[in-house]
Amino acid sequence: MQRKISALSVHIILLAYTALALFPIVLTLVNSVKARKAIFGAPLALPTPSTFSLIGYQKVFSDSAVMGYYVNSLTVTVVTVAAVLLIGAMAAWGLSEYRFRGNTLLKLFFAIGIMVPIRLGSVEILKMMTHLDLNNTLTALILVYTAQGLPLSIFILSEFIEQIPRDLREAARCDGLSEYSIFFWIILPLLRPAMATVAVFSMIPVWNDLWFPLILAPSGGKQTITLGIQQFIGQYIIDWNSVLAALSTAIIPVLILYMLFSRQLIRGLTSGAVK
Amino acid sequence: MSDAVISNDFSGSKASGLSGTSRGAYLRLLVFFIGPAAAVYTLFSVYPLIATILYSTATTDETGATHFVGFGNFITLLTDATWSAPFWNALRNNFIFFAIHMCVQNPIGVGLAALLSLPRLRLRSTYRTLIFMPTMLSVVIIGFSWQLILNPLWGITSGFLKALGLGFLFGPWLGQEGTALATLSLISVWQFVGIPMILIYAALLAIPQELSDAATVDGLNQFQVFFHVKLPLVMPTIGLVSVLTFVNNFNAFDLIYTVKGALAGPNFASDIMGTLFYRTFFGNQLQVGNPTMGATIATMMFLVILAGLLIYLFAVQRRMQRYSF
Repeated sequence: MQRKISALSVHIILLAYTALALFPIVLTLVNSVKARKAIFGAPLALPTPSTFSLIGYQKVFSDSAVMGYYVNSLTVTVVTVAAVLLIGAMAAWGLSEYRFRGNTLLKLFFAIGIMVPIRLGSVEILKMMTHLDLNNTLTALILVYTAQGLPLSIFILSEFIEQIPRDLREAARCDGLSEYSIFFWIILPLLRPAMATVAVFSMIPVWNDLWFPLILAPSGGKQTITLGIQQFIGQYIIDWNSVLAALSTAIIPVLILYMLFSRQLIRGLTSGAVK
Repeated sequence: MSDAVISNDFSGSKASGLSGTSRGAYLRLLVFFIGPAAAVYTLFSVYPLIATILYSTATTDETGATHFVGFGNFITLLTDATWSAPFWNALRNNFIFFAIHMCVQNPIGVGLAALLSLPRLRLRSTYRTLIFMPTMLSVVIIGFSWQLILNPLWGITSGFLKALGLGFLFGPWLGQEGTALATLSLISVWQFVGIPMILIYAALLAIPQELSDAATVDGLNQFQVFFHVKLPLVMPTIGLVSVLTFVNNFNAFDLIYTVKGALAGPNFASDIMGTLFYRTFFGNQLQVGNPTMGATIATMMFLVILAGLLIYLFAVQRRMQRYSF
């Protein structure tokens, strides 16, 4: 009996916290499809046929730039994650497989980037991008985000590579495969599960970042969706339909991705990959 | 095969069964694999950071030429009242921001992790996934959503408090000097509580069941087992979470900028290092942008973060190792 009561109280606490965690998100999504009157009249009510309205979404998507912002975010995120995975895996392999002078030092050099935020170098990054004529380009963002994502990627992938049995590579070497073939044909495919974790870890901060888009690509149609939404809401702050719809358009893709990848992400976090 | 010899010898590629590879080929191999990552990381992360720190010793005159001033900018920042007042204000606010995270985020994270790690709990992964969800969303979205919820115009928060009979507590929290920073800190806690929760949860799961069984046999109840057996064992993880929070807090910017703008109002009550850095570097309605002073503030942020990391590495982690297995 006592056990039952305590199990019930645990569920009550967890349910209450879950409600607190989801409330602002649900509230935003629900009210984004209601008419203005209903948003203010009954904010907690679900939309009914009489209060249902997509006017906010119409306004968001009639601002033709918004679709462009999505494409920008998608491009930056996909290219960054691909680069972080490929050159991160190559470096992880190089650092953990080959012994050479300065190997440990080089590992340490990369490890610094896990803890020290790249934002602190923004003054010089902006100067450099201006020099390279890369202001208001997606290339600037991709370069910075790749540099930002590499340290953690190398760290996680190195740990994983060290778990791959040595016999596998030795056998391949005996068969006369070159080091390049061993990496691309044997190691890289084996790294897939770890790469999924790295992909999720490097994707989220890139998609969500406001700082670098604000500094490196704030205009010229090269805004990412996060910055685009921020600017859009700044313009329409009194138009609640548009604000709620804009927020929802930014929330929905992330929610879908999270539902698809939450298992990988949480497994990555709980397996100690980020310790 | 002696590792000691091989690790100090370039041609000692025998360690990897690379006998027969020439020194040149071995070098090409290393450059091929490590080169791209080293180049991108050095050029766009390490170099800008070092250059920024060096740039904090320069000043520009009207012609745009730069001069070396040594620690001049730092002296200005710390002693000239027009600079030092905002600087100390932002630093103090940032420590308050961090303190609220430590005092609220960690206990809630520990509590949720403790509940989630209870044996035979149903719907465990559903709770975990849902509670972690806000952490995934952009700070911009979170900031705006909470701004709407706390907006007196919409009346959601005041309605709730009235329903609980606490209506008198409500105020425009984000707009008042006395409450803006605490409110923003709590929004940030609400968003990021998932990180301590997940990391501590993982650490709790890693504790062997025999330990708590033994403690139970010795007559400890569930609470005692948690506080006397499990909590000390997850202290290293709490230490790690704290240092992650420290670095993130002293690097924070997005939330304050989204909700309060670059001026971090009201009257700079919510100004932290990140917003001060942005304002100084880019300029705003009140001042023109000043890259060298921006670099100086960035360097101060770097020093604060470095100090936090060193305290963690030398003091906290060393003491905690005594507890680990």
